[in-house]
Amino acid sequence: MRLWMLMLCLLPAVSQAFCGFYVARADTGLYNRSSKVVMARDGERTVLTMANDFQGDVKDFAIVIPVPSFIEREQIHVASTAVIDHLDAYTAPRLVEYFDPNPCRRLYRMEMKAMNAAAPGEGAVARAKALGVTVEARYTVGEYDILILSATESAGLVTWLKENGYRLPAGAEAVVGSYLKQGMRFFVARVNLDEFARTGFNYLRPLQVAYETPKFMLPIRLGTLNAQGRQELFFWLLTRRGRVETANYPTVRIPSGQEIPLYVKDRFAEFYRDLFARQVEEHGGRAVFTEYAWNMAWCDPCAAQPLSRSELRELGVMWLTGAPPVRPLPKPRIAPPRPVDVFVTRLHLRYDARTFPDDLRLHQTGDKSNFQARYVLRHPWDGSDDCPEAKRYRSELLPQRLRQQADNLHRLTGWPLAEIYRAMGLGEPPAPEPWWKRLWP
Amino acid sequence: MKDPRHLQLMALAGMLIYGLGWLDFPGPRWVYLLYPVSALALQWLFCRWRGVRFDFRSPLISSLSLGLLLHTDSWLWVLVAAAITIGGKFLIRVDGRHLFNPTCLAIVVTLLLSGRVWVSPGQWGLGAFLAFAAACMGMWIVHHTRRSDITLAFLAAWSALVFARSGWLGDPAAIPLLHLQSISLLVFAFFMISDPMTLPDRRLARIGFAVVVAVTGYVLQYHFHLNEGLFYALAVCTPLVPLLNRWFPGERYTWPTGLAAFRR
Repeated sequence: MRLWMLMLCLLPAVSQAFCGFYVARADTGLYNRSSKVVMARDGERTVLTMANDFQGDVKDFAIVIPVPSFIEREQIHVASTAVIDHLDAYTAPRLVEYFDPNPCRRLYRMEMKAMNAAAPGEGAVARAKALGVTVEARYTVGEYDILILSATESAGLVTWLKENGYRLPAGAEAVVGSYLKQGMRFFVARVNLDEFARTGFNYLRPLQVAYETPKFMLPIRLGTLNAQGRQELFFWLLTRRGRVETANYPTVRIPSGQEIPLYVKDRFAEFYRDLFARQVEEHGGRAVFTEYAWNMAWCDPCAAQPLSRSELRELGVMWLTGAPPVRPLPKPRIAPPRPVDVFVTRLHLRYDARTFPDDLRLHQTGDKSNFQARYVLRHPWDGSDDCPEAKRYRSELLPQRLRQQADNLHRLTGWPLAEIYRAMGLGEPPAPEPWWKRLWP
Repeated sequence: MKDPRHLQLMALAGMLIYGLGWLDFPGPRWVYLLYPVSALALQWLFCRWRGVRFDFRSPLISSLSLGLLLHTDSWLWVLVAAAITIGGKFLIRVDGRHLFNPTCLAIVVTLLLSGRVWVSPGQWGLGAFLAFAAACMGMWIVHHTRRSDITLAFLAAWSALVFARSGWLGDPAAIPLLHLQSISLLVFAFFMISDPMTLPDRRLARIGFAVVVAVTGYVLQYHFHLNEGLFYALAVCTPLVPLLNRWFPGERYTWPTGLAAFRR
């Protein structure tokens, strides 16, 4: 029996082939059940790209997406995985390093290094009619067999899908019914094994759909039906005017810019995973987090080069026609003289039916200010000069800063302070002062 | 505190301080100072020009509402919004009183004219929403007059529409509740549509007006997918008010401080 894979939801226990926060030695099981979606939108023109990290038997793969209109063959495309990996790398949370100058010479030397966080049946037609289901079109695009379905009522559609070998999660009928009443059709894709063998790949490539709709939203409700706990979604938006946020949920910038202890360099993936989990809890699980918002022409520091014009077009940036090309920059930390007309927003959410009952309704803001999730490692100066400034640096400034870094790490991730102090070689953390000592100082 | 505007000012200022201090409010901070400063300055200039007494309360309420709802990073559009808010009050007048709700007019015109301004309805979270809803309701109970019936009529009509839609779609109650959980909706119901100077004078006309605005807003928001449908709806429906007042004449409203219609 085919597995039923709903929009943004992978049924089997999928191991992770992607997500943005890996440094070289990161654990590959960082996030479970995650999806990557890119949406390029200008006015009502929309291109949706959906990447999946499906690792099971491809014959078990199926995806169902509500779409706002009939979809022609030419509106469907199969993209390369590399372009999404590039976008992921370009927008990933990053670690930067600074080196303290010699306090005696007051020479300011700064070095910066971005750590790339990239990782890695014909007879059915009559039956369909009897159930009020219309198979509006059948296409084979790349390795996918695609059906465009409409239906007069949800029960008929659900029955038809079950009879055709899809396993449906409980509660699907109500959600399918809601989408049908909103005038939506269903886009069902599964793998054509012959075509898949012909592609020569051992993974499924991202599917793309282009359509026009006044509804600026991403349907996630079907994906929340499986009782497999929370799911992870990475969602990039490519727009013209500015940052995109959700209209029906709070959109929060992830804490950024803090100095953290040097030893986190080797544990960056674990650090960011715990930081994100803590943020999710602090917001009651009901917030969408912005991890990156930047004009697509540049970056500072760059976790990867900005996407080329052809890559942006592949992701559906339809308005770049005739515009000057986006060139990879020889010195990517320097802002180019002219920003391009593409703004990227990277959103990250962890959701289930309780915390995110509704689809993501989006709106574009006029906010073009740049934001990135960036954490700072600061290497102390280790020279042997003995001027008064150097003495003060060693005895006062440095210990104070190390304690501050430990506090930052504790606050961001919830890691125990004692463990952090030990890892930093600072001994035992100061015992918390009893409350009455602050009462009558 | 006879004048309900004092409590309104406190509620709005409280929300704005919370938004700036504890929420991830977008855009530069000076915007939220420039709104009240420019609105007060413009009100003072227009009062001088028209030879009426300057009152800080109404322009301050309008500009704090703008700060809560209308975000931008451009000082020019802050000034444009403030100018529409105050200018619209003094220049667009029918039957001796201003026609449009000042904040609503500024939001609608700037949204239509520029991509540099936007409304962020979902950024507040449940806690802030409930606190602000409680403050608004408390204010309403303490200071309600016959004219405040429009707030309840509007909220009842809007909630009925939102719940009826989700009932028809078969959605769980969490979805309509999420749709009602909007700071924009509270500011709209308690500070905009309730502005007594821009309301029909007779109760039945007022309730009818509230229902027409709710239905128009519903159509704009759910069928034309405009997130700011309610503001457009109020602006579009406002020209009905002088007509309703001609067909159903009633007693004119004045602020409890006894000042004339120019105050707001």
